[in-house]
Parts: sequence; structure tokens; C-alpha cells
Amino acid sequence: MKITPSKLISLLFFVFSGFYLYYAHQIQVFTFDENAPFNAKTFPIYLGYAGLTFSALYIILPETKPTNVNLRVLDYKKTILLVILMILYGIFILRAGYFLSTSIFLVLSYIVLGERKWLWIFTLSFPFVAVFMYLLHGLLNIYLRDPFLKFIGIMG
Amino acid sequence: MIEGILIGLETALSFKNLMMVMIGCFAGTIIGMLPGLGPMTAIALMIPITYGFEPSTGLILMAGVYYGAVFGGSTSSILINAPGIPGTVATSFDGYPMAQQGKAGKALAIAAYSSFAGGTIAAIFLLIAAPSLSKVSLAFRSPDYFGLMILGLTAVSAFSAKGHFLKAMMMVVLGLMLASVGQDTLSDIPRFTFQNMNLSDGISFVLVVMATFAMSEALTIIFKGNDPSRATQQISLSQLGSIKLDKIETKKMINTIPRSSVLGFVIGVLPGAGSTIASFLAYGMERNFVSDEEKQKFGKGSVNGLAAPETANNAACSGSFVPLLTLGIPGSGTTAVMLGALLGFGIQPGPRLYQTNPEIFWSVIMSMYIGMVILLILNLPLIPYIARVLATPRTFLIPLILFFSVTGIYLMSFNNFDIYMMIGIAVVATILRLYDFPMPPLILAFVLGGLMEENLRRSLLISDGSFNFLWDRPLTAIIMLTIIFIVGWQVYKSFFKRI
Repeated sequence: MKITPSKLISLLFFVFSGFYLYYAHQIQVFTFDENAPFNAKTFPIYLGYAGLTFSALYIILPETKPTNVNLRVLDYKKTILLVILMILYGIFILRAGYFLSTSIFLVLSYIVLGERKWLWIFTLSFPFVAVFMYLLHGLLNIYLRDPFLKFIGIMG
Repeated sequence: MIEGILIGLETALSFKNLMMVMIGCFAGTIIGMLPGLGPMTAIALMIPITYGFEPSTGLILMAGVYYGAVFGGSTSSILINAPGIPGTVATSFDGYPMAQQGKAGKALAIAAYSSFAGGTIAAIFLLIAAPSLSKVSLAFRSPDYFGLMILGLTAVSAFSAKGHFLKAMMMVVLGLMLASVGQDTLSDIPRFTFQNMNLSDGISFVLVVMATFAMSEALTIIFKGNDPSRATQQISLSQLGSIKLDKIETKKMINTIPRSSVLGFVIGVLPGAGSTIASFLAYGMERNFVSDEEKQKFGKGSVNGLAAPETANNAACSGSFVPLLTLGIPGSGTTAVMLGALLGFGIQPGPRLYQTNPEIFWSVIMSMYIGMVILLILNLPLIPYIARVLATPRTFLIPLILFFSVTGIYLMSFNNFDIYMMIGIAVVATILRLYDFPMPPLILAFVLGGLMEENLRRSLLISDGSFNFLWDRPLTAIIMLTIIFIVGWQVYKSFFKRI
């Protein structure tokens, strides 16, 4: 049996389903509900078994239509950098505020993806976010937490 | 019914809702035009904005986005041979050759008129079918609903899997597993929360949709090194030629549109089938209907070949609303997203929606029609300008999609945990997409998870723990037999037919 990436993913899903089933059995139900035809853990237990069944079938049965992906042409560097930028964006959005963190995230993302038109980079970051914030906060009355703008007195 | 239509018209024609249809159609056209970004992404990006509106206004906006995205998908199919959505792949067979012959404007006009006619005819069918089916579906019981949900999930898996049925079924189970996180709705017992307060309310629907569609599609474009704007360099987006049709072309369309509308609507009503299958079937059917001389033109810029799939995919879009509005069970990924949004508004679609919230039921139907009119009179003349969006470099496009996704979640929870979870799900979804694990079944399962558990709970309690409820009632038995047939057919196709 040839181990393809799809089978490997199915194997991971098999393990995941095993864990899911284990934790489904650990769900604490009320004493009077334990022998009921249906309680809080019934459906998850069925799901755990379904996950194990489908993934096991995929691992065991031959692949009639394997998916071939040329791993050498994939752009790992840019993708990983973008993911890291998003995580950093998530970290700083509450601390630095929406305006600053979003604008910096956009500037860095444009640069990571290879953009070097500085006028456009600037226009589609700080002023763009300011207009967007005005639309949300000013016109649609959607609250946006921003300690930085509050500190410099722009937002109340 | 007349009273309902008037209620719907009154709601849909209010200034605010008319503006929403226009904005929705416009935004949907732009997003749908971008290859790789379909109606599901377009609607997902709109959900956080709609939560500030009344339910009918929010739904009208999303319906406008849906139709706009389908129209936008056709535009990129015709102009750059890069279908924005799978439902418009068949459009490119004859639309792109027409554009290459210098008749891009004409091809866009045929697509717009056909979409309008298909959508209009299907909206009339919907007007007739939906109330009648609502009355019939009042006879449905919990076992029937449970069976229908399994049928919907199986059918979507079968149709969206493209030969990877088991992968699709794994995605269904994963979607149901994600839906089971959080407190049990009846007993409030925490499940899979690992004592994390952020998980006690479960995983947000918007988070899952944004992660698996908007964010993961953006990451996939970068990961695979695709550049949607590259193809636009080959054509002039400002000189698309005349949009006027001559008598012969109009006559050809008049013959094609009625049959493709009926086919598209029927296919759209079927769970899982949707606009992709409808457009391909309509293209194939049209080829059999036309003369031998016209048949030779198919694939080289045939008017019939372009009108048929365009009519059918729009008719199928309207058709797909029938199971959503009447049974509360979405038949496609896109309507699943709309169901999730409806539940977010606190509205449970189903047979009683027709009676309890007639203004929503009818205004959605009427706004579909208004959406078609707006697409025709507003978007068609603007196409040479809107089409310039196709030239947006991915270096700007991708960060903006990621920014809208993160903002959408941030606005809903003001919580870093949700952002991290969204990034995590998006990364996993990107890898799964790479190996052809389809996402629509996951979303449909995630949306249906709670309802499915609720109906299984009722069915098992009524039958005292016995699974006889699956075949006790003739209706449930028929549904179960259909499921067995679909699974059997998929197993046969996968392991014996050797496709």
C-alpha cells in the first residue's frame, strides 16, 4: 500500500477521531440521564465512530483518483510569512488598537507579497483604514476598541 | 399569495432595502469576478456587516451578493477564461471564444439577458412552488428531517467531491464535530471545551466560514503562486465592443431560455446539485436540441452554447432557495451560509417561516427579482469599468481579503482567541484544499450539526432508543433508500467503475 499525502491526512483524521471519541466518552452527563436513549454524549460518540470508519476506509481502500501536488512549486515562504503576520496582527489588535495594527499589517503584507509601489502601499493602508473605521464607527455605529486613537484624543 | 407578494414588494422596495440590493449586486459582482473567490466567500465577507441590520435587510443584501457573484463569475469566464465560480465554467466554453472574436460586449450582453430571463422564470417557479411545498412540509416529522439532513449532506458530498466521496464524507464528519463543541443546547453540559471559556458558546459560524473560504482561498492563491490578474493583460478591458444583439441572436436565445430555465430550476431544488451541474447539463442538453449546423459552432462562440448554461445557473440559484425556505435545509454550500446567517438573526427557516415571518419569506423572493433587474440595467453598462477589478494585483488583493476576514471576526467578539482559531482553521483548510478535500460539505455539516442532533434526539426519545424510526414511516424509508442509492452509486463509481 502506497502512503500518499491524502492517506496521511486520513490517518491524522483517524487519530483525531480516536481522540474525539475518547473525549466524547468523558463528557459528564446527569445521573438521571445516563441510561436515557439520548444524552449529551450520544451524538458525539456516533460522530467519533463515523470519523474512524470513513478515515479507515480511505486508508485501507486503494485510491482510484489520487491527488498529485507538485510540492516544489508551492510558495512556502510567502504563505508562512503571511500566517505569522496574521498571528502578530491578532496579538497587537487589542493592545495597539485597530487603526495602527491594521495599517501596519496591511503595509507589511503588501511588502511580503512583493509590492513596491509605495504610494499605493501608503494609500491602501493608513488612509484606507481610517476611511473604513469612519464607515464602521462613525456611520454604522459599530464599536471599535482603539486605545491608541483614544490616547491621542481622536476617538472617545 | 397576492397579499404575500405585496408584503414582499413593500419590504423589498423600501429605500434602504433597494440600496442594499444595489450594494449587494455591485459588491457581489466585483468579488465574484475575481477568480477563486465565489459567492460563498462574498456572502461570508458580508455576514459581519449584516448583523447590524434587520433580518430582511440582511438577507436582501446577501441575496444581492449571491446573484452579483454569479454574474461576476460569468464576466471573468467570458473576458479572461478564468471562471470566478464553478457554476460559470460552462459559460467560458462559448463566451471566451466570442470575446476572442472581438464580441466580448455581445457575449456579456447574452450572458446578462440569459441570466435575467433564467432568474425571472425561476423566481416565478419559486413563487408558486415555495408556498405549496411549505404546506406539504408541515407533515414532516423529526425522523423525516433527520433523514433529509443526512440526504442533503450525502448529496452535497457526492456532487462536490468530484470522485473523492470518502474525502467529502470525512469533511462532513469534521464539520459535525466542530459543531458539537460548546455547551449542549438542552442540558447545558460543556462538550470539548477543555475548560476554556472561549469555547463554551461553541465555535462561531462566521469564524468557520471566513476561515474555510475567504482566508483559506486567499492563502491558497499565494501558496499555489496563482496570479488572477495575469490573464487580464491579454485583453483590453476598456474596449469590449457593442452590447447590442441582432434578430437572429435574439431568436436563438428565445428558443434556449425556457428549456434551460426549467432544467436549471429543477436541478437547483435537488440537494447538492446546484448551479455547476445545472449549467453543464443545460449546455449538453442544448447541444442535442440545436441543428447540426449550430452544433458545429459549439465551443467556438455559439449563442445557444452561451445562453444555455447562463440561464440554467441563475435558475438553479433560485431553485436552491426552495429547500432552504420551505424545509429549513440548505441544498448547497452557499445556501448553508445563508442558513447560518438566518440562525444568527434568530430566525429558523422552515415550513412555518411562511406563516411566522411572511415579510422575510416574500421579501427575499421579491428582492431576487429586483436584484436581477439591477444587474441588467446597472451592472451591464458598467461592465467595462467594473472589469478593471480583474486587473487588481494579488499583492493588494490578498492582504485586503485577509484584513476583511480578521476584521469580521474581531468586530463580533473583540477577542484574540477567535482570531487565532480562525488562522488555525484556515491553515488546516488550505492544506486540505490542496489535496482535494472539499469545503462545502464541511460548512453544510457545521450549519446542520445542531439541528441534526436535535432531530435525532427527538426521534430516539420517541422510539425509546430504537433506530426503527428510520424506516417506520414511508416518507423516512424513501429518504433512507435514496441515501443508500447515492452511497451505493458513489461506492460503485469509486471502486468498480474505475473513472
